[in-house]
Amino acid sequence: MHTKTIKRLCADLNAGEYSSVELAQYYLDRIQRYQSINAFVTVDPEFTLSQAREADKAIRKDKHKPLTGIPIAHKDIFCTKGMLTTCSSKILSNFVPPYDATAIKKCKDSGMVCLGKTNMDEFAMGSSNETSYYGPVKNPWNETMVPGGSSGGSAAAVVARLAPAGTGTDTGGSIRQPAALCGITGLKPTYGRVSRYGMIAFASSLDQAGTLTQTAEDAALLLNVLAGFDPRDSTSVEESVPDYTENLGKDLAGLRIGLPKQYFDEGLDPAVEQAIQESLKVFERLGAALIEIDLPNSELCVPCYYVIAPSEASSNLSRFDGVRYGYRAEDYEDLDDMFMRTRSEGFGPEVKRRIMIGTYALSAGYYDAYYLKAQKLRRLITQDFEQAFERCDVIMGPTTPTPAFELGAKTEDLIAMYLNDIYTISANLSGLPGISIPSGFVNRLPVGLQIIGSYFAEALILNVAHRFQMETDWHQKVPEGFAV
Amino acid sequence: MTWETVIGLEVHVQLSTKSKIFSSASTRYGADPNTQACEVDIALPGVLPVMNLEAAHLAVKFGLAVGAEINRRSVFARKNYFYPDLPKGYQISQYEIPIVSGGQIVIEKNGSQKTIGITRAHLEEDAGKSLHEDFHGMSGIDLNRAGTPLLEIVSEPDMRSPAEAIAYLRKLHMLVRYLDVSDANMQEGSFRCDANVSVRPQGQKEFGTRTELKNINSFRFVEKALQFEIERQIDVIEDGGEVIQETRLYDPDRGETRPMRTKEDAHDYRYFPDPDLPPLQLSEQFIEEVRNELPELPDAKKLRFIDQYHLNPDDAEQLIISKDTADYFESAVSSDVGSAKTVANWINTELASYLNEENKTIKESPVSADMLRQLIRRIQDNTISGKIAKEVFKAMWAGQGSVDDIIEQKGLKQITDNAAIEKIIEEVLAKSSAQIEQYKSGQEKVFGYFVGQVMKATQGKANPQQVNTILREKLKSSSGR
Amino acid sequence: MALDPQTVYRISRLARIHVDASEVERYATELSSILEFVDQMNKVDTDHVAPLSHPQDRVLRLREDKVTETNQREDLQAAAPAVESGLYLVPKVIE
Repeated sequence: MHTKTIKRLCADLNAGEYSSVELAQYYLDRIQRYQSINAFVTVDPEFTLSQAREADKAIRKDKHKPLTGIPIAHKDIFCTKGMLTTCSSKILSNFVPPYDATAIKKCKDSGMVCLGKTNMDEFAMGSSNETSYYGPVKNPWNETMVPGGSSGGSAAAVVARLAPAGTGTDTGGSIRQPAALCGITGLKPTYGRVSRYGMIAFASSLDQAGTLTQTAEDAALLLNVLAGFDPRDSTSVEESVPDYTENLGKDLAGLRIGLPKQYFDEGLDPAVEQAIQESLKVFERLGAALIEIDLPNSELCVPCYYVIAPSEASSNLSRFDGVRYGYRAEDYEDLDDMFMRTRSEGFGPEVKRRIMIGTYALSAGYYDAYYLKAQKLRRLITQDFEQAFERCDVIMGPTTPTPAFELGAKTEDLIAMYLNDIYTISANLSGLPGISIPSGFVNRLPVGLQIIGSYFAEALILNVAHRFQMETDWHQKVPEGFAV
Repeated sequence: MTWETVIGLEVHVQLSTKSKIFSSASTRYGADPNTQACEVDIALPGVLPVMNLEAAHLAVKFGLAVGAEINRRSVFARKNYFYPDLPKGYQISQYEIPIVSGGQIVIEKNGSQKTIGITRAHLEEDAGKSLHEDFHGMSGIDLNRAGTPLLEIVSEPDMRSPAEAIAYLRKLHMLVRYLDVSDANMQEGSFRCDANVSVRPQGQKEFGTRTELKNINSFRFVEKALQFEIERQIDVIEDGGEVIQETRLYDPDRGETRPMRTKEDAHDYRYFPDPDLPPLQLSEQFIEEVRNELPELPDAKKLRFIDQYHLNPDDAEQLIISKDTADYFESAVSSDVGSAKTVANWINTELASYLNEENKTIKESPVSADMLRQLIRRIQDNTISGKIAKEVFKAMWAGQGSVDDIIEQKGLKQITDNAAIEKIIEEVLAKSSAQIEQYKSGQEKVFGYFVGQVMKATQGKANPQQVNTILREKLKSSSGR
Repeated sequence: MALDPQTVYRISRLARIHVDASEVERYATELSSILEFVDQMNKVDTDHVAPLSHPQDRVLRLREDKVTETNQREDLQAAAPAVESGLYLVPKVIE
């Protein structure tokens, strides 16, 4: 049952093959059995089963929606009413939100069943899931390896088939990178496509919610639920939402695929490059044309990002002060000391580092040199893409320069860790949609192919990914220990 | 040495919106603590701001009224600092590009006019309140006020005395109320003032080092705080010291200013454009619509009153003090322009003193504009005298009925029958031979005595003009005897 | 750009993150290495480039002035560390 896609599960539920409660219980059992990968922060079977019972009722009364009864794991960055929401941080280790994030509400309203909250890098700051207050997630393909981050819990849960689907958020690659390292499909939509309301902010101008699924088709089904304008989010767009499944299967003949030369340079692991080249041949066979393109400022994406993201984060995380919710230090001398100790005890090292860097970049005398400079670069980087899309329909390349690396391997070398996101960050800076799909293995670890589209071209990149998945079976591979 | 004072003012005006600037919680004053602080106001993780159209509308209205430039594109920025009543750890404000730039306000100064420049006016959110009552050594935080829209109006350093500062503040206060931009209630904190003050030797061009005075929230305190601070600065300099640029708090109980205890590094606010709020863009059409709904402004109204109703500038000035007063005046005059001067006098003296006495606004006056008009008509048609009219006014104030009812009930109708008045005068004179002698000997002022006696005998109802004329005739004829 | 301990302390105060004497060196080294890395931005001349703060240069949407929130104090304060008489309690505020 666990190898089934959302699409298959929907058909089965509607045909009465099993109930939503049975389905939820099945996954709850798997979550219980495979705790060693540490994919979940919170699981509350009663909470899950009561939603499943509601779903069964709706199905019985024929009042269900397309995804009613389908279980889903939510990244612990989304506020869930009545269920602990920690952002994998000590500072929110006791926080039970009184409201649902818009994305969560949309899943609920469509009858989806919440399986629990998945582990992540603390406040989504990390590329390996090692910054979590609850300990790292382990890569199901090899438990000594990282699953990627920050949505590592959702990615690991989906590939280990502990959940048919997961939500994630992507600020610099946090959906696509773990999807690549875990061998699943990870979609980051256009900035503003999915509401940010109730999604705990890391870097507001970069954050975007998206999906982690087995297939592109499932991603389309889930995006149908999540996408849409939200009056509670001023950066949400009023653009109409198409049915993302409508175009799936369409012919790719004549598709122009841009290959940025900067994405295939010396930083890329040759074995990964080879897997990508093999995948590109599949597209050629399908009638697509490969065109070399130039993204001249690619090299500066990571430096630019490491100014903008920490700057915004330093401000976004100021609200965690121990006054209205969350952790408060026990011993302090006065008000200011309470603030300082609450925050230094409540945040982990990476979060503190980024707050400090962001604070510095915004401080008097440095603003122009750092924040303003980065925003100007951001425009140049965005313009590079606009120009590229005049010559091609989609852009492809590796999602990450290497497959998964060992736990602990990069925790001491910050810059090496940051460079994991070298190919993913640009889509966040420009706000473009991107998807990572499984496209081979290197040393028995998955490799991800990234497809970037122009603004609101989710339907196109989903179809491109879907056509690839019709031709390949990388996305169907399940890590050995989780096959039963 | 002679010192010159330089004052610039920053006024925070709470905009009269129903809901907050970035959330849909109520802005009503005086609710139980934290009952009007929603998830956005208390900055729960994940919440986002959505801007209130009305706040932009009111800011534009103010900007147009002071002849400012309305920026078609303005940017919300975050001002970062930690304070327990600032839930997000930053205040959403406008920094580099405010919604309103420039503009001016004209104040009266010893009968002449002076123009005070406005630098800018920007939108921002208010913070909550720290209650300093003692909760076992802790403070309590109420976030009901957090997120209330503010327009911060920053003046140029154009004022040269506390009196000018007060005049500017009064004018601004009047203006925002005219525009219905704010109720500007100072007790409730919807009109708050900070002042930047410095002194320099008369004739020097450069500004001296300034201090910022906070917490001066009544016109009375503004004057006292400024006066204290100016003298303090002069003393410091004359004693050979230097004024330190700092923020000082006015303590109304002690009547002095003292430095705030916040640490200096707290002033690196790390402003940057708020990534949750794209730039605010205003269309020409929107701005035109606001322009068309601007009411007549106080300065224009004053000129019109002088011109249309032939009032003197002082009377006109008093009448335009609020839009309600001006409306009351015009309504009481109605089409009878000839009565304008009398109406103005009644409003500015009798009505003003009653209102003052009972601490009422003109809108709450038991004597409506219509009632005042009836009253004045009865003076003009000689039904009652001006003096009796005051008695009638008092009765109307007490809710005893309409003008005519009161005149009727109390029998206050004026005696205008010549024969009747003559008879009364004769009776008075018959009893006043001593006074007649005095009058005859040239003591003109004794005339007043006779008038008084007549009025006393008629309970003030005799027509004063007729009494005068007949009395003079009688005294003349008696002198010929 | 290398940061000295004093700067680390200054930032730590601004960010309200307590830094122990034993941690200052490590912070200085780590933050300096990040700054050195981001200084690569200076390779590109951006003198005539307008900053981009939101993808796609969006403009603000405005909301109608309507009160739709009701009193949720009890629910909202359930998560608070210290509350009394409806107020959030904090160590004494001194102005």
